[in-house]
Amino acid sequence: MSSRPIATTRSATEIPTGKLAVWWLLGSEIVIFGGLLASYIMYRLAHDAWHAQAAATNTWIGAFNTLVLLTSSLTAVLAHQAAEEGNGPKAAKLLWATIGGAATFLIVKAFEWTMEIRHGYTITADTFWSFYYTAAGLHAAHVLAGAVVMVFVARSAARNQELHRVELAGIYWHFVDIVWIFLFPLLYIAK
Amino acid sequence: MSEHHHPNYVKIWAILVGLLVVSVLGPMLGIQIVTLITAFGIAVVKAYLVAKNFMHLNIEKRYIVYMLTTCLVFMFLFFAGTAPDVMEAEGSNWEKPSFELYDEAASHTVGHGTAHH
Amino acid sequence: MAETVPSHPPAPEEGHPHHEEMSFWSKYIFPLDHKMIGMQYLFTGIAMAMVGGFFAYTFRMQLAFPGIEVPGWGLVSPADYNALVTNHGAIMIFWVAMPVLIAAFGNFLIPLMIGCDDMVFPRINRLSYQIFFLSVLVLIASFLVEGGAFGGAWTAYPPLSAKAEYSLTPLGSSLWLLAVALEFVAFLLGGINFITTAMNSRAPGMKMYDIPIVVWMIVLASIMFMLSVGPLVAGAVMLFFDQQLGTGFFDPARGGDPVLWQHLFWFFGHPEVYVVLLPAMGIVAEIITVFARKKLFAYKTVLYTAFGTGILSFTVWAHHQFVAGIDPRMAHIFTITTLLISVPIAEMCFVYIATLYGGSIRLTTPMLWALAFIAEFLIGGVTGIFLGASGADIYFHDSYFVLAHFHYTFFPIAIIGFYAGITYWFPKMFGRMLDDRLGKIHFWGTIIPFNGIFLPLFILGLAGQHRRIYNYEHFPELATPELQALRVLATVSLLVMLGFQLVFLVNFVRSLRRGEKAPQNPWKANTLEWQAPSPPPHGNFATLPTVYRGPYEYSVPGRAEDYWPQNAPE
Ligand code: HEM
Repeated sequence: MSSRPIATTRSATEIPTGKLAVWWLLGSEIVIFGGLLASYIMYRLAHDAWHAQAAATNTWIGAFNTLVLLTSSLTAVLAHQAAEEGNGPKAAKLLWATIGGAATFLIVKAFEWTMEIRHGYTITADTFWSFYYTAAGLHAAHVLAGAVVMVFVARSAARNQELHRVELAGIYWHFVDIVWIFLFPLLYIAK
Repeated sequence: MSEHHHPNYVKIWAILVGLLVVSVLGPMLGIQIVTLITAFGIAVVKAYLVAKNFMHLNIEKRYIVYMLTTCLVFMFLFFAGTAPDVMEAEGSNWEKPSFELYDEAASHTVGHGTAHH
Repeated sequence: MAETVPSHPPAPEEGHPHHEEMSFWSKYIFPLDHKMIGMQYLFTGIAMAMVGGFFAYTFRMQLAFPGIEVPGWGLVSPADYNALVTNHGAIMIFWVAMPVLIAAFGNFLIPLMIGCDDMVFPRINRLSYQIFFLSVLVLIASFLVEGGAFGGAWTAYPPLSAKAEYSLTPLGSSLWLLAVALEFVAFLLGGINFITTAMNSRAPGMKMYDIPIVVWMIVLASIMFMLSVGPLVAGAVMLFFDQQLGTGFFDPARGGDPVLWQHLFWFFGHPEVYVVLLPAMGIVAEIITVFARKKLFAYKTVLYTAFGTGILSFTVWAHHQFVAGIDPRMAHIFTITTLLISVPIAEMCFVYIATLYGGSIRLTTPMLWALAFIAEFLIGGVTGIFLGASGADIYFHDSYFVLAHFHYTFFPIAIIGFYAGITYWFPKMFGRMLDDRLGKIHFWGTIIPFNGIFLPLFILGLAGQHRRIYNYEHFPELATPELQALRVLATVSLLVMLGFQLVFLVNFVRSLRRGEKAPQNPWKANTLEWQAPSPPPHGNFATLPTVYRGPYEYSVPGRAEDYWPQNAPE
């Protein structure tokens, strides 16, 4: 790795540079999901008929996945705590638990989608389903990205290196969790 | 890195799970207003708890909160400017006849497969 | 604040890494240095400007002399025409204005002007350019695939853009969309880098109000870009699915709504205008103070005005849709906000004029460009008022009046702003001086024909000439000899203007190789980039500067010299 510029080490705002960048990244994510969900809500309110479509989503699977993500957020924040205490290996273990959560989430999702597609609820079946797959798919892509990032962070954390990154990955992960917290009622509960 | 007092994360997680249970059970009453509150009210509370305690926004610099809220506010702005057109089936010099036909059709055919298994 | 290395990252080498001789590849092709990445953006942008200009030349030839074999292109078919117009617009905005004004100048200037050695994330910076470059390749590919390049206008309204039955470009439209989306990603990454760098890495002593205006403007522009582009990213995914998977997000027969796309697009598209305007305004501010040898009139006002503009610019977007049948009550609101936004912009122009007042003005080439920016942009701004009024817009909409209006804003921004910046910073970028005489010939040879192109287009617009039509011979009212003469005038002016760009190219290449060696601070300017060697080496400064005062302390009474560098202790 080449040496870091001095610029990276400065902190006029008193927020470490990496963390500041993550906040801005989340800002840009808020507007991406915001635009998509705003569009969905408009359509949803315009079409009473979508109730009937939404009725076919499986609340239990959605709820289970919410539980998985909430729990993985817990392990992520505990990893952050461990990293702050300087306990890299423990942080790494907790991060691996979080990655496990991500994997569970994705596997459940794959199973759920397969079932729905088998029943004819494909992305083109109805515009409700188009939103369903697009919103959840975009979110799933973020889950995947977060898991990949955490693999790298966990591996260096296990060697007690780059511990500050544990917190950054965590912040991102909690955001992914929050997005799902809203997707869950929007796609599954409101029927 | 700032040293700060850690909230009891497991307790917060337990509250979150409790809220999740309520939001799943709420709709079973079948009262729409209750569903809305338990679904979206609770989502807001959950998001708040995660943002505050897990993302530590409570001890982060204030302007980060302002920045993130600004992003949200702009989305409301987008919604407010767009919804009056998109949610209507007709406007000052247009109508979407196919929009209504769609609503008719969609309320009859629930998907293409067997919805109930 | 001392240059201490915090404890968490592994300690980097103190001071400036003394790099070994770097290979050609790591120096020019995969650089980490912000200046070199800026150059990559600059030259890619210039190349794309040539492409966009060539497209304009081709379709202007077709309009002036319908049906001729345009030299360099051949016969322009209707489909060609649509593809040329669409990609001209998209290229000029996404692949010229953005990379040159924001990415090239931003990359080059931000670290230098705030007094640090690089961007905070050099590798993300490099990645940003690589994604941008990929977007260029994808755009080029869209011309080569079956069915040809997308021709549904740069606004890509569905259903024309969504369905291949209408657009006849089954692959071209999707590649175009993908190219635009990649470009967005590149600028999101770049923007986060700019914002964090400017927030965190300022030289010790540089307070908020000591930051040069152009840095503020580029950072504000990056923030605005980030805030506005999100919904369109989502929209692009939706449109892509409509094109390739056959979903119905924008199809009313399937519960969708094409007007949603218009909102998604313009919620981004309008702030985007200010995203490119602000950096140009910033460049002009730097130049005007230096060559008026006077403090910028009302620094804080400019700053607050820019903030105000930024926020207001998010409330005006639906003025592009007045005739799309939007709710008339909303149209009222958008009319009011649109007229309001002219206030802060006018104020900025006044502030610049007030800066000139009583200064000792030096009409160097960059100064000429800066002054021309204000003058020409004013024409664009004033004609916008007519269009902002929802009633008047029913007549003007989609006419050449609109077209001339927005070229009077975009041309000053993208072209004049670029020339102002490049003639001003050339000595710093390349360590040599540009030839002033050739520079002035090029200036007049550009500005005069520019007005020759677009003033006639206002008249054509008032006569009712619609945009995006490839041949007016089929419209009896528009095919009159008088109107045709105006079209020819515009095209001939364009040819003259394009000809004079050769003067710039010659000047550029000749000065690069044989120009007079530039001293460190040829314009006697205060800002930090002029306190580094020309051109700055890797790491920028021999010792990183400390800042003692604001950037615009010119002609301070009681000082021997009429400038006072930000880093001079006394
Ligand atoms: C080099 C001088 C230029 C000339 C002669 C020129 C000419 C034109 C003309 C005649 C059209 C309309 C064609 C039609 O509607 O049939 C057009 C469209 C457009 N131009 Fe330019 N232009 C120039 C530079 C620029 C620049 C610098 C920008 C922006 C930075 C720009 C942005 C656009 C856009 C956005 C459109 C609309 C494309 C569409 O309708 O989808 N142009 N240009």
